[in-house]
Amino acid sequence: MKFLRQFAARIVGQSIRIFARAITAVRADWKGIEPVPRQRVYFANHTSNADMPMIWSVLPPSMRRTVRPVAAADYWLKNKVRAFVGPEVFNCVLVDRRPEVKDKPMDKIIAALDEGASLIIFPEGNRNMTDDPLLPFKAGLYNMGIARPEVDLVPTWVANLTEIMPKGEIIPLPLICTVTFGEPIHVKDGESKDDFLKRASDALLAQRPEVRS
Amino acid sequence: MNSTMTDILLLAFGSFGILIALTFVGEVLRAREEPGFNNPVLDTYMTRVQSWWGMVAFIGIALLLGKPGVMVLFGFASFAALREFLTLTTKAQADHLSLALAFFVVLPLQYVFVGMEWAGLFTVLIPVYAFLFLPMVSALRGNPDKFLVRVAETQWALMIAVYCVSHVPALMSVEIDGYGDRSLLLIAFLVMVVQLGDLLEYFFGRRIGRTRIAPGLSPKTWEGVLLGVASAMIIGAMLNWITPFGLIGAALMAGVASLVGMLGNLVVAAIKRDRGVKDWSHLIPGQGGFVDQLDSVIFAAPIFYMLTVYFYT
Repeated sequence: MKFLRQFAARIVGQSIRIFARAITAVRADWKGIEPVPRQRVYFANHTSNADMPMIWSVLPPSMRRTVRPVAAADYWLKNKVRAFVGPEVFNCVLVDRRPEVKDKPMDKIIAALDEGASLIIFPEGNRNMTDDPLLPFKAGLYNMGIARPEVDLVPTWVANLTEIMPKGEIIPLPLICTVTFGEPIHVKDGESKDDFLKRASDALLAQRPEVRS
Repeated sequence: MNSTMTDILLLAFGSFGILIALTFVGEVLRAREEPGFNNPVLDTYMTRVQSWWGMVAFIGIALLLGKPGVMVLFGFASFAALREFLTLTTKAQADHLSLALAFFVVLPLQYVFVGMEWAGLFTVLIPVYAFLFLPMVSALRGNPDKFLVRVAETQWALMIAVYCVSHVPALMSVEIDGYGDRSLLLIAFLVMVVQLGDLLEYFFGRRIGRTRIAPGLSPKTWEGVLLGVASAMIIGAMLNWITPFGLIGAALMAGVASLVGMLGNLVVAAIKRDRGVKDWSHLIPGQGGFVDQLDSVIFAAPIFYMLTVYFYT
């Protein structure tokens, strides 16, 4: 039974990847890092629910096996399908951000890092529904960088998803989506939380592909 | 196996012969290089040759499968080209529905009408109906910001990626007396003269080209273009046995198609410069996207189609 579930998870994962490639021709631009298996935290902009599957789809298989997206438990446990896709297909680290919960998100994230996993996180905390390119970052990224300073923090920009599927629309447009990976950053000695988060945010913005219009 | 099939196979083997020669030349040049030395021109050349292998194989198989194969191949090419084009155009959320209609209604309808050989409709669907109705759909959402730029760029994308590309399979619908069902071969003729003309234009331009046609836009030179078009005419004349045009006619048709293709390439280069991109996308290794690879054929196809219909039916 366990084997069957794993097999099903693999099939579903491949289907999501093929679907993403066929519709959006999603591709990776390895600007600042090589596509090699190394422990990293990919921190990305968040405009759509498709962000995480897009990043996941462009990672080569060896990296996809070790990467774990950090995601909200209330979203991925809402129904049976999601509870299968989130934890089993994407191997998500599910975190519960309600203050009364004992299982603190940062503890689960650090535990996942200590198991050797790479992570995908969205430091804005919520989906960005504004016209600004990025919302202010939450402290999580800084705390990870302090707790496990050896892990590379990689700015990861997902482009065009807002145009592919703007909020309130039903039909996705098959435009080309690009995922750009920038040069890794680390928390510097004595750097304050605000300074670091500002620097991380700038590093992420710098990965935005330029298209003049 | 009928004579059309035999001719297609013959052309495919001929193309493979040329590719084997091109691959061989590249490998010899590479073998003569100093070890450890990397020649970027040679690397580009080799990846291009590899993509051509794929292209010849795809078009060859599509032609052997006949009409359905050609329709599927060029329908997919249109989809990929439209996706590349619309990724770079100006758009607002107000255009979402009209863009979705472009992808999921206009594009399939155009290919349905081409498949039905309904020339009275597929020649006006995009320049008239899409031109009139898609801006209305955008206007209904009430966002005037950059409106003319948005609708004009969407229309341009449809004309290039769908209207023009679909005129390659439309060649199958041309009825020419005494030519029978051999109109599939017109596709092979068009693609071969245009692409080989481009290749030789590049070669001559590099070798003896001096006078830039449009400096700041493209490295194309008058010498390269003239010799490229002349070569396309010679190749066209040599291929006249697959066409209904006769010797002189085949040379002239090849020359016009090749020249229009090269000038179309300049137009595409200008658009890319304007948008600050080097390639349309990265779908084909070494060549960029579908629009990069097919730009000359895209511009040549409607002209070639119209001339064929006007002079030979």
